[in-house]
Parts: sequence; C-alpha cells; structure tokens
Amino acid sequence: MSKLEEAFISVIVDRSAMAKIFQMADASNLVTELRRNFDAGVTRGYEWRVTQLKKLLVICDKHEPEIVSALHDDLGKPELESSVYEVALLRNSIKLALKQLKDWMAPHKAKTSLTTFPASAKIVSEPLGVVLVISAWNFPFMLSIDPVIGAISAGNVVVLKPSELAPASSSLLAKLLKQYLDPSAVRVVEGAVTETTLLLEQKWDKIFYTGNSRIGRIIMTAAAKHLTPVSLELGGKSPVVIDSDTNLKVITVRRIISGKWGCNNGQACISPDYILTTKEYAPKVIDALKKELEAFYGNNPMGSKDTSRIVNLNHFDRLSKMLEEKEVSNKIVYGGQKNRENLKISPTVLLDVPLDSLIMSEEIFGPLLPIVTLNNLEECFGVINSRPKPLAAYLFTKNHKLKKKFTKTVSAGGIVVNDTAVHFTLPTLPFGGVGESGIGSYHGKFSFDAFSHKKSVLFKSFLGDSAIRYPPYSRRKLGLLKTLVNSNLVDTFKVLLGLS
Amino acid sequence: MAKVFEAADASNLMTELRQSFDAGVTRGYEWRVSQLKKLLIICDNHEPEIVSALHDDLGKPELESSVYEVALLRNSIKLALKQLKNWMAPDKAKTSLTTFPASAQIVSEPLGVVLVISAWNYPFLLSIDPVIGAISAGNAVVLKPSELAPASSSLLSKLLEQYLDPSAVRVVEGAVTETTLLLEQKWDKIFYTGSSRIGRIIMTAAAKHLTPVVLELGGKSPVVIDSDTNLKITVKRIIAGKWGCNNGQACISPDYILTAKEYAPKVINAMKQELEAFYGKNPMESKDMSRIVNSNHFDRLSKILEEKEVSDKIVYGGQKDRDNLKIAPTILLDVPLDSLIMSEEIFGPLLPILTLNNLEECFDVIRSRPKPLAAYLFTQNQKLKERFAMTVSAGGIVVNDIAVHLSLPTLPFGGVGESGMGSYHGKFSFDAFSHKKAVLYKSFIGDAAIRYPPYSRGKLRLLKALVNNNLVEVFKVLLGLS
Repeated sequence: MSKLEEAFISVIVDRSAMAKIFQMADASNLVTELRRNFDAGVTRGYEWRVTQLKKLLVICDKHEPEIVSALHDDLGKPELESSVYEVALLRNSIKLALKQLKDWMAPHKAKTSLTTFPASAKIVSEPLGVVLVISAWNFPFMLSIDPVIGAISAGNVVVLKPSELAPASSSLLAKLLKQYLDPSAVRVVEGAVTETTLLLEQKWDKIFYTGNSRIGRIIMTAAAKHLTPVSLELGGKSPVVIDSDTNLKVITVRRIISGKWGCNNGQACISPDYILTTKEYAPKVIDALKKELEAFYGNNPMGSKDTSRIVNLNHFDRLSKMLEEKEVSNKIVYGGQKNRENLKISPTVLLDVPLDSLIMSEEIFGPLLPIVTLNNLEECFGVINSRPKPLAAYLFTKNHKLKKKFTKTVSAGGIVVNDTAVHFTLPTLPFGGVGESGIGSYHGKFSFDAFSHKKSVLFKSFLGDSAIRYPPYSRRKLGLLKTLVNSNLVDTFKVLLGLS
Repeated sequence: MAKVFEAADASNLMTELRQSFDAGVTRGYEWRVSQLKKLLIICDNHEPEIVSALHDDLGKPELESSVYEVALLRNSIKLALKQLKNWMAPDKAKTSLTTFPASAQIVSEPLGVVLVISAWNYPFLLSIDPVIGAISAGNAVVLKPSELAPASSSLLSKLLEQYLDPSAVRVVEGAVTETTLLLEQKWDKIFYTGSSRIGRIIMTAAAKHLTPVVLELGGKSPVVIDSDTNLKITVKRIIAGKWGCNNGQACISPDYILTAKEYAPKVINAMKQELEAFYGKNPMESKDMSRIVNSNHFDRLSKILEEKEVSDKIVYGGQKDRDNLKIAPTILLDVPLDSLIMSEEIFGPLLPILTLNNLEECFDVIRSRPKPLAAYLFTQNQKLKERFAMTVSAGGIVVNDIAVHLSLPTLPFGGVGESGMGSYHGKFSFDAFSHKKAVLYKSFIGDAAIRYPPYSRGKLRLLKALVNNNLVEVFKVLLGLS
C-alpha cells in the first residue's frame, strides 16, 4: 500500500469513528444495558437521585454562559430569555425537586373500609423503569432537562433525545450530561428521524415527547406496540381574548408582546397565536400594539437583538407562505418585513384575515399575530370551541362574570387571565394539553408522578376471617356478605359478633 | 329487525353525543346526580335479572353476582353520589413570588365524549363502574359491552336505555365489526378492559386521534406462599380469590403459586382439603362456581392442560366436560417454565405450583416476567412483606389475601407495563375521565418593567432574582430599583 493510500484510509477510519452511526443494534444494546442497571437498583435510592439532581444544578450554575451561547447559535435567543426562561426556570425546578423529593417518594396512606377490615393500605410510587424523553428545538435546555428531572426524581433510567434542529444545544446537552451524570443510567442520543425511529422501536416504560401533534401521533402509535404509556406535550393555536374594559396599553399589550415576541419570537407552544376582540376595540388594540412594539424593539425591529430569529429556512419559508397568501398579505397592519438570509421576520400584526386561511388553520409558531374581530365579545366562545383544543387560552378583562365563564367553558391545557405564558413557571399547576394539544402533564410533583407507577398495596391480617366468603354458598351467607360489602354497620356488627 | 351498525351509524352517534355535550347536557351537578341515582335504581330493582343474565352467560353463582357485581356497583354509585361535590370542586393551587399577585386553581373538566369497552367476565361491574366515572366527570358516554356475554350485553342495553338519558348515554352492542367502526371515531377518551393484545389495537386506533386511553389489562398474577403463614386461611383465601371469582376467569385471579420445595406438599394438602370442603367430592357438580365461558376458552384451557410435560403434573382435579363447559379445580406441580400454562394468562380453573429451593428466588421469577395486574404474598414475616411491597412491580399488591383491593375505592386500580395503563375506582374514576385544567388569575397591578425589552444587564439580574424567588433581591425590585 502506498503512503498516499495509507493516509487516505486513516482519514476515512478517523471520520467514521467520529461520526458513529447509531444503528438498530445500538438502540437495542442501549436499552438492554440501561434495563440491566435499572434492575440492579442503580436509580432507586434517594441518594442517587439527589446526587444526579445536584449535578444538574451544577450544570446550570457553572455552564450558563455556554448554554446562552449555544441558544444564541441555534436560535439567536437573547441572553435574558436564555438565562431566565431556560436556565433560571430549570434551577427552580431542580431546587424544588431536591426540597420535595423525600415527600414525593413517601408512600401515601389510603383509608381502608369495613369491607377490608382489618387492613392497612398505601399507595407506593415506583419508577416505571427505562424512559425516553424526546425534546423540542425551541427551548432545548428547558424542554430536555425538565422532563429528565422528573424521570430522575422518580427513580428511572432515562435516555434523552434532543432535537437536531437545535444542534449546538443538542451537542452541549450531550457533552454536559455525559460529563456530569451517571452514564449507567442517564444517556443522550443525538440524531434525527433515523435515530428517533430506531429508539421508538424499543420497548420503553414511558415516552415523554414535546413537539407537534403530527409527530405526537407517530410516537403514540409506536408506543402502542409495546403498551408504553406516553406524555405528549403538543401545541395548538392559543387564543387571546381582549375585552374592552381591560388595562390596555400599559399591561395587556405589554404582556401579550412579552409572551409572544419575548418568548423565542412566537416560537413557543403557549405563544399567543391570535387575538379575538370586538370590531370597535380592535383599532385601539392595534394602536397600543404598535406603540409598545416600538417601545420594545425600536423603529427598526429587524435590527433588534432582543428577539430570537426564525429557527431555520424551513420555518422561515413556512411563515412567509402564510404571510403571502392571497387575502392575507393585504391584511398586514404592522410589520411584515422579512429577511431570509438572516432568518428574520419583523413583529407582524394582521387584521381580520379569512378564518380558513393558512395562518388561521395551523399553529403559527412565529412572529405573526392575526387579530380577528367580532361583533360581540361573547362570540369568542363559539370561535374557540369550534377549533381544536389549544395548549393555552388567554383572556384579558376585569369582568368577573366573563372570567368565570371563560375558565368554565373554554377547554384548553391551561388558562391564564390577564397575562400570557406565566402559568408555565408555577410548579403547583399541572402543565399539559388536552385533545389535540396533548396527553398528560408535568412540572413540580406532576413531573414525578408522570414518571411513576402508583402501586396499590393492601396489607391484610389473618384475623377477622369470615367464613361467609367461602363456599358452599347459602342464602344466609349471601345476606351477610352483602351487608358487609355495603359497609352496613349494624349488620356488620352482627357478623363480627359471631353470627358467621 | 337486527339493525346492522354501520360506519354512518358510528359517525352519527358521535355527532349526536357531541352535540349534547357541547350543549351542556352533562355538565351540571344535577344531571350527573340524577344519572347516578338511576344507576342505583337499576341495581336495586333489577338484581334478579342481572343475576339471571350472569347465570346464562357464565353460570355465575348468585352470591358472586350479587356481591362481586351488584353490591360493589351499589357501593361505587353511593360513593360517587356522596363525594361528587367534592370531586367537582376546583383545587386551589399555591402561587409563588414569581407570579405574584395571582391566584391559581386546578379545574376538573369533562373530556367530552368517551367510549367504554367492557369485558365478558364481570360484564356488569366492568361496564357500569367505568360509566360511573364517565358520568361523574360530566361526559357523554358510549358503552360497548362484550359480545361474549350476550345476555348481559342485551340486559345492559335495555336497562341503560330505559333509565338513563339517551341524549348522553348510549349502548352499542356488537363484536369486532362494531367495535372497529366505533374505534374509527374521534373519542375524547377510551376506557378498555380486556386483553393486552386488543389493548394494543385500541391504543393504536386511539393514537390516530390523540385520544388518551385507560387500558385495564391482565397478566399472570403470582401468589407467593411463605412457610410461616397461617396455611388454612391462606388456602381458603386463595381458593375464594381464584375459583370463587368467576372460576379463575378474572384479571386479578391468582395465576400461579410460588413456594419452597419443602412447603409445597403442605400447600397441596391444605388446598385439597379446603377445595373439598368448598366444592364437595364431586366439584364438577358444584353450583358454586361459574362455568368456562365458551368452547373457545374451554379448548384453550384443555390445550394448556394436555401439553406434554404438563398433563403429568396434575396433582388434583383435571376432569373436563366439554358439553357443560366445565373443568374441575385443578392443581399442577412444577410444570416447565416455558410451558403454555406458564406463558400466557391462564384465566381459568387451573393453578400451577412452582417450587423454589429458597423463597427468595420468587423475586427473580416474578421480575423476569411481564408485570402483572396483581401480585400476592402470604407471610407473617414483616421484612418479607416490606420487601415484596417495595420491589415487586405490579398493578397492585395484596399481602395475606387475594383480590380484595378491588373493593377499596381509596386505592387506584390499574396495571403497569403489560398489565395496563391508567387506573380507576373511587375518585380515580372521576379523574380518569377528567382534564385537570390549570387556571391562573393575574392582576393588573404589580407589573414590573423588568420583563420587557429592551433588555439590559440590570433587568436580567433582577428578573433572575424574581424567578429564583430570591426575597432579598426581589425587595430591591419592589422598592423601585426597576
């Protein structure tokens, strides 16, 4: 072999060693190995869970600059958003888990009844086993690590598949988790459709997916083959209803802007998707939006560093197409500038686009905000209820009756009155969807529960054995047994006093 | 006369129920209570017909029908009536500094239009108990009873149509065709009781519409018998839980026994003694056990019994009568681990005993198999009880008895892994058919500009302090440093 050939071959070998292709055997071996470790009890103890959680905290404390940088690479995400809406929220989540874990892990006593007397009963939380977390690209750290916190708290081994659409974040997550967490129980698999498909062929004890409804169906179908329970955190078109009695300029509009363009530039699952307000009030809303948008992002929002960019060309083109649709492009009342090279679209507000337009048919997931006007605000209920259930629904009003009606009749994952998105940060509220927007929930203890099996345990005594249960059956036994099951005290005493 | 249920029927049914639901028929407390009370009347006024239908379908003894179906249902309805106001009330959720000032609650709302697919072995209990949950939670509901218990299916259909609100509660009778048509519709929840095989089919169909499911499946529920146990009571309870519950055809039936080699003979003797006390010398004549449901299952069980290396392990029973669909209570000793009888859920009156050198080995045996719906242990050893309860993964665990956890509504009843997902009974039924909706009310006061662009280092620092609930830092914010 010539020196040139040798050199050539060594380059190829190096290359293939670096980009190790994840294959079917890898997926299978991964699960086998993790299952063995789970069965060996690696993840069951309180101490192990606490050390892993503490390591996650160290990651947040020591690697924030790298995280901010990766998010900036992947999404152009401003430092404030990365620091606050990803890292700080994660820190909160970890600290809460550390503080509450003993409580969460403790069995719950369950009341017993005369029917089972004498007995004691409890509900024991046990880990499901080997779980898979598939994350999204828009809040890649938050949406990867928060479910992992739940999985670890509950004592599972976990594989994380971050989104390939945020490659710097995916790579950093793989590096940091490998560096800090226990590799015998926590692993990251990077990749795209191929790798995900291979993973989905395995038998998991739970799959936790964050993303869109279309893939959600694929995940659930794959899960069904193994009877794997799933949590699907999906999305939808989260409506914002604005009443005319609201505190418009100073609060309502600012909170909408902050919840929309201030959260990954509209690319968030609970982003305000469209506004519903009355015909008369709409001009005021538009004016206030224009004013506050300018206050936030300046005269030239395309130059502002305070919004994420559009994640990639696919999504840019998707959003462009929405904007350019006939009967839509002429409804732009603010913004509408686009720059494909820089993947930027300016904050754009539209007025009364057709209800069957693209922009009103799919989740926007971008910096476009259509306003749909109604003759009467009450019509908002008909509009919202005629559409798939969203992940969030928002209402701005001071009217108590309207608040009550909204929270009672609008079905969504979650409802916020007089703000947007902030329910995400409250760990006492279950965060998840319903219908098209998802299955299951998490945050706080709900995360622990999402990755646990609540096992019933009933301890009975050998005393109190009543022959009335046993054949041969007789009318008398039947009568007595019925009163016992119906927990009829008077009759039961008769039984216990030896009439059996 | 026998109207064929077609695709259009399934679709129209769905449309109609959805209309009723959207119109708010099922939302109010009064409606739910009136439906539950009607169910109670069904239990009170129609017990003889129910007992008769169960006898037709399964040869089920009156005591079992009366107690394990009707009386349990009565309990379930009464509990729901008593607790419904509580269950329906929103739960307050604590708020934090990060969202101050605010109030938060979790509101239970009905999922919408739900489908309950029931099983043949406890056709009334397993049909109506989930329906109780669906109605309590404010849903419109379609019940599809099992066609393998036709008299019960027919009676359920008649009674529910007679007593309940037809605009919101319906029964669709039928088999594979009808079920498939129903499964094509978009339900807001599907609650299925039955086998793992069909469970997969249900979940796959549900996935097309992102319909959440509860799957109450089965498995091989092991019984571990320690040598320090009160053997007589142990054996009575096992017999009552096995042959006394639909003749072993129950999802939480003791499937096989694990005990020490030395102890097995004692167990077998005690079982023989008590079986004879319960069912007499000629158990094939006893009226105190259900028969085998049909010839399919009879043949399935025969095959299990006749397998090579299994048929010669019978130590008690083994008699069969295909005409009358009867198989005697049968005990086997040390069948091969890879035999049919040890590979699939038995669901019949056969009870294999596996001996171990050391009782400790039971953990590995159980763990090496799919997770069952129940696991049982008989012992007086505290440490063993704790270890079993904490390390054996099953839907539910009972120490020193069989099956009775089913009757305790404070315990979630459901499986894990192959034995199912989700749970019900008591409040868990209400929750199974509800969406727990987060609601956060914020005020217009307390608006901090630190959230808003243009961003600055100062804002960043303050916002982080607020999110981290750092009181000292937060005070600085509130005192006007923003």
